[in-house]
Amino acid sequence: MEDCLAKKMEITVSEAEKRTGRNAMNIQETYTAYLIETRAVESQSEGQCAPVESLWRRYSEFELLRNYLSVTYPHIVVPPLPEKRADFVWHKLSADNMDPDFVERRRIGLENFLLRVASHPVLCQDKIFYAFLMQESGWKEMVNETGFQLKADSRLKALNATFRVKNPDKRFTELKHYSDELQSVISHLLRVRARVADRLYGVYKVHGNYGRVFSEWSAIEKEMGDGLQSAGHHMDVYAASIDDILEEEEHYADQLKEYLFYAEALRAVCRKHELMQYDLEMAAQDLTSKKQQCEELATGTVRTFSLKGMTSKLFGQETPEQREAKIKVLEEQIQEGEEQLKSKNLEGRDFVKSAWADIERFKEQKNHDLKEALISYAVMQISMCKKGIQVWTNAKECFSKM
Amino acid sequence: MEAEGRVPGPPLPAGGEEPGADSHLAAGALSTARGPLLVAAEVLALDDEEDDLEVFSKDTSLAEVNSFSPSVPISPSSMINQYKFEDGPELRDLFITVDDPESHITAIETFITYRVVTKTTRSEFDSSEYEVRRRYQDFLWLKSKLEEAHPTLIVPPLPEKFIMRGMVERFSDEFIETRRKALHKFLNRIADHPTLTFNEDFKIFLTAQAWELSSHKKQGPGLLSRMGQTVRAVASSVRGAVKNRPEMFTEMNNYMETFGQKINLLDKIAHRIYKEEREYFNEMKEYGPIHTLWSASEEDIAESLKGIASCIDRCCRATEKRMAGLSEHLLPILHEYVLYSEILMGVLRRRDQIQGDLDSKVDALANKKTEKDLFSEEIGKLEDKVEHANNALKADWDRWKQNMQWDMRSTFTNVAENNLRYYEE
Repeated sequence: MEDCLAKKMEITVSEAEKRTGRNAMNIQETYTAYLIETRAVESQSEGQCAPVESLWRRYSEFELLRNYLSVTYPHIVVPPLPEKRADFVWHKLSADNMDPDFVERRRIGLENFLLRVASHPVLCQDKIFYAFLMQESGWKEMVNETGFQLKADSRLKALNATFRVKNPDKRFTELKHYSDELQSVISHLLRVRARVADRLYGVYKVHGNYGRVFSEWSAIEKEMGDGLQSAGHHMDVYAASIDDILEEEEHYADQLKEYLFYAEALRAVCRKHELMQYDLEMAAQDLTSKKQQCEELATGTVRTFSLKGMTSKLFGQETPEQREAKIKVLEEQIQEGEEQLKSKNLEGRDFVKSAWADIERFKEQKNHDLKEALISYAVMQISMCKKGIQVWTNAKECFSKM
Repeated sequence: MEAEGRVPGPPLPAGGEEPGADSHLAAGALSTARGPLLVAAEVLALDDEEDDLEVFSKDTSLAEVNSFSPSVPISPSSMINQYKFEDGPELRDLFITVDDPESHITAIETFITYRVVTKTTRSEFDSSEYEVRRRYQDFLWLKSKLEEAHPTLIVPPLPEKFIMRGMVERFSDEFIETRRKALHKFLNRIADHPTLTFNEDFKIFLTAQAWELSSHKKQGPGLLSRMGQTVRAVASSVRGAVKNRPEMFTEMNNYMETFGQKINLLDKIAHRIYKEEREYFNEMKEYGPIHTLWSASEEDIAESLKGIASCIDRCCRATEKRMAGLSEHLLPILHEYVLYSEILMGVLRRRDQIQGDLDSKVDALANKKTEKDLFSEEIGKLEDKVEHANNALKADWDRWKQNMQWDMRSTFTNVAENNLRYYEE
């Protein structure tokens, strides 16, 4: 197992703070800054703890980091960031980016992101990533200097390639389908879960009314009074318990959300492959047509109708010197083309190999993580039921004493 | 000891509300001498009630109650403690079931009849088993007769004519079933009531054939006199709170007001909970299958996903059970007690009215000394009535409260148990 950064260093996103400042367009705005703390882990502890280094980053800087990584390592499934805006909210949660609960969950998500990058065998070695963690000032400039933005493929090109590619690797096509399905099923699940949470919240909270009415009622009763009063108390406990339960469920939802976003990262890798493959196919096509042209010129036969042929017919044949020159140019081009093709082929194959390796790694990670998430969800439900049992057993006792 | 004589015989002047006791005496074959009638102290007048009970009950368990000497004050609650509501089957001698709703279509209307089956060992019933068909109107008739005969006894509630809330079809199966259960309860509560159970109209209701019943119905005081009573009732309530209302009844009144409020609230809450649970259930139904769908695209985690899906489905079923429990037990009982609270307010009002009559007559007496004798007799009768009414109410009240307690206890315990079962699943 390669030595990755995560093993050597403790990374936490420990705090979040509201700040105001001027943004790129020199407009005053409020944003949240997150404190990243890092500490080297000494393998042999001499009772000394390494000092903690820390710096502040805001969400947009995380985004910049991720964009850089996606472009620089297109064959890697790059971990996703937590959502920009609150999605899949049920009514109690606010969709406000400044809401403390949202900020807290985002903080956890950002920490998770950093840990994932740090534990990735390839990504953790990136210098920019390291600088992100260690160097507060001048990092942005550093990133921009890499010129990664130029390397980014245009969306349009990618879309074009997706439609026109003829022979993509089957595995990538399957993967694309899988990621589409994953995305749709997870978002559906999250939507329904939010609705279920909403309803459950309602059920619990209405029981709280019982508590109030019981208490008022017990005031006029003699024998039933005590029983009613204590039962009412239990109803209140019941109604209040839902808040914690649902908060825990939010964490589960966040875990699923991560994989929802991972689906997009998967698709990005597939697109890159398609782009490369398309490029390859275009280059091969180009080469073939050049070869053909060459052949035609050399043998003087016109196999295909071409404007050149027409014009030469109309305006007279070229001189043998002209033809020679053209053939020479073409031959050079063909040579270049063949070399290019070879290297593209190699690139393509390398890409497929390394991408697929990372995909396998991702698959294992996904299965492991999701299984754990599902298990923890089940555990949560069980604990919710246990609490319910307790409350209602108590209530039952109170009722029977009425 | 002699009181202003109240002699069974010629009916009291019209307009007076005759306690059922007298009419029974007149009609029945019982000629056993009535115990000395006492006036004045409420406590002693309790014997009145006791004697009535003795006279009418064939039930041996009740007879024990009445072996007290008249001078010992007895509180109603101790009387109650002698027997409990909803006796075990060994003590009951009247079993009634309401079932088998059937719809009848005539040229004018469509209505539903229910089969009422009665089994009894009482001797005043000619046979031991009866089966008749009754419609809702008949139940209404019975209730109003009982209220007439015993204005200050607590007559159990009937299911309403219409239900606004659920906008349920008048003839939907759900509505009919709910009504049937409520009617069943209605008759059984009457049967278990120590006084109402011996009411003549009740007996006729249970035993008469359809044509007998309709002819009997026509005999009672007509619509006009009933209207007259209602008018007087309204008038007396307009008169405002009665001056001489004993402390106890004021307390009762206050209690009933608060109770009525609270029960109404509880009813609303329970309905709301039911609604929320139903919505929850609907969402859950969708939740499970998503996991199954997902498992189709996965390999490693497919099993876990399918497992979760099946658990969610089981939760769904458990939720369904919980909802059913609510609607079968809690909701009907709460509703019944909502109706009860209205009934009780009515009973209290009637009691006030009776007292009001007494008071006004007393006032009149103070003004017309000449017709004193005549008036005193009337007053005497009215006072008796008031006492009788008061006691009846008190006794019934405590009985009712006990029942209510028991009902509430069992209902909520039931709810708790259901929830337990739900969570355990």
